[in-house]
Amino acid sequence: MVTSAERLRRLLALVPYVVSRKVVSLSEAATAFDMTERELIDDLNLAWCVELKSPEPYCPIDLSYEGGEITVSQAESIARPLRLAADEASALLVALRMLAEIPADGSAVGRLIAKIEGAAGASAAASSQVMIQVDSRSVRGLAAKVSTALGAGKRLHLRHYNHGRDETTERDVDPMRLLVVEGRTYLEGWCRRAEGVRLFRLDRVLDLDVLDVPAEVPAEAEQKDVDAGLFRPSESDERVELELAADARWVAEYWPCESVTEAGEGRLRVVLRTPDTRWVRRLALRLGEDARVLAPAALADEVRAAAAEALALYT
Amino acid sequence: MSKRRTERLLSVVVLLLSSRRYLTAEEIRAAVRGYPDEHEAFKRMFERDKEELRELGIPLETGVNNALDEEPGYRIKKQDYELPEIRLEADEAAVLGIASRVWQSAALAGAAAGALLKLKAAAPPGSDQDDDKQSLGIEPRLSTQEPAFGPLWEAVRDHRPVTFDHVASGRSNATRRELEPWGVVNWRGRWYVAGHDRARNAPRVFRLNRITGPVKMAGPAGSVTVPPDADVRELVKSWNVSPARDHVAVLKVRTGAGLGLRRWASEVTPDETEGWDRVTVSFADVPWYADHLASFGPDVMVLEPPDLREAVIRRLKGILA
Repeated sequence: MVTSAERLRRLLALVPYVVSRKVVSLSEAATAFDMTERELIDDLNLAWCVELKSPEPYCPIDLSYEGGEITVSQAESIARPLRLAADEASALLVALRMLAEIPADGSAVGRLIAKIEGAAGASAAASSQVMIQVDSRSVRGLAAKVSTALGAGKRLHLRHYNHGRDETTERDVDPMRLLVVEGRTYLEGWCRRAEGVRLFRLDRVLDLDVLDVPAEVPAEAEQKDVDAGLFRPSESDERVELELAADARWVAEYWPCESVTEAGEGRLRVVLRTPDTRWVRRLALRLGEDARVLAPAALADEVRAAAAEALALYT
Repeated sequence: MSKRRTERLLSVVVLLLSSRRYLTAEEIRAAVRGYPDEHEAFKRMFERDKEELRELGIPLETGVNNALDEEPGYRIKKQDYELPEIRLEADEAAVLGIASRVWQSAALAGAAAGALLKLKAAAPPGSDQDDDKQSLGIEPRLSTQEPAFGPLWEAVRDHRPVTFDHVASGRSNATRRELEPWGVVNWRGRWYVAGHDRARNAPRVFRLNRITGPVKMAGPAGSVTVPPDADVRELVKSWNVSPARDHVAVLKVRTGAGLGLRRWASEVTPDETEGWDRVTVSFADVPWYADHLASFGPDVMVLEPPDLREAVIRRLKGILA
């Protein structure tokens, strides 16, 4: 249920939206404003019903949606949209300045920033107090190459370091998108080696070349739903339970946990889901006495065996 | 109820926009349907309506038409209300679509959606209707899971001081801070606020996920002045700076393993033991590097220096304890 303020905000954009287009179909306007046609008609009726009583009674807004086509024949003084509020201008400008730092084709970002700054006027001032820093310079170089390949529809060849497994692999990847999530840049692409959609964190890509081969992303390749989280655990993942001492509590902030419970004296008990436990083994070795693998038992044994084997090197 | 309220607010906006002179509350009541006759009830309702209109960013002005008027009136100046002319090319509309999705499900998502609607309403885009739905092969996202983001953004926007409880890294108890915030920074995926810490009388940086409990405003709007030379990005950057790698270690690393270590190696030679390399590498501090080396398990062994060697052995023993 929208509040009356939100509804007013929507109406004050809806009327100019139609005015600037002269005639708009109900379905198109409903899509643009992310509402049902029923809700849209309610809004149109509401605007049409506005009546001022004095000095003489009159209806300042006249419109029609006959035959599913909206036209506004009179829209006293609200034919132009309301100017951008500080939050609105800032939301866009902060996002655009973030985009401007990511190498991509074209000058549209810069032009759009200038236009919005111009239109927002004083409302734009606060936006410079929010700053976004994505990855490092070296990653931006790689992102530029990916962007080139995306623009030209070319295949990429890359060497990628997997931190959790401590291994390097070489792959041919047909690029689909550049994603920037949680301050890191990822290449999303069809990996020809894995025959599936894979994500590659660009700060873990050692080399990357644009091949003179057209990219062929198969029709079944499905883009990740960025808003649902890039690394969603699946049912088939292994369930790992760890107990963390106070000094290792950062682990719960760093990796997405299925559950986190206080275990007394600053200790935490966390449950993670992962398709590959090799990185947990490395994590447990790194944490030493600050962590215990509670489950699965096989992983706990593996960690102890690795520690014993490593210690034996020193004797 | 909500419908009548919307209708009433819309009427007030239309009325004041089309009037050249200031209209008194009484004149507004006479023109707009839906206000009660009883004076006190009207005053209360009108106050709420004014507040709501101002919150929407409608420039509701107060003033008198001439010096003899006893009661101030209201008007909305057209040039203050209207979004200036803005026309987007097709490629700009596509970029606008990407930008409006950046805050998806984060604190400023509603503001971004509102801005997109206004800009769409200002003029039809150059070509396709769905320009703003295009992907252009890039999809950035910002998330704001920290509850402190909302109030800190408002404080920064309105130049207001704040107080909050903060747990410093490595501590378990919170301390109360009073901060004149200068800016909010997302540094590689993490949110920070930087500003002038009143108790310490010095610039400070706080990570938002270490702020516990509510952020409270500690002064009126406009009471914080950001020094012209304040470089918030630089403050957060220096707070995050990695220590210099000014120590040197000699390691035995199994051939084909320890790839993450070899990136920093100054020298790699075959070791006398078959299947091992000898790797010379720089590092910053013993405790952190010992953790890192222990993570490689039996693929890495420390030869030098002794304190690093001892620290790794302690980690490994800790696992078996």
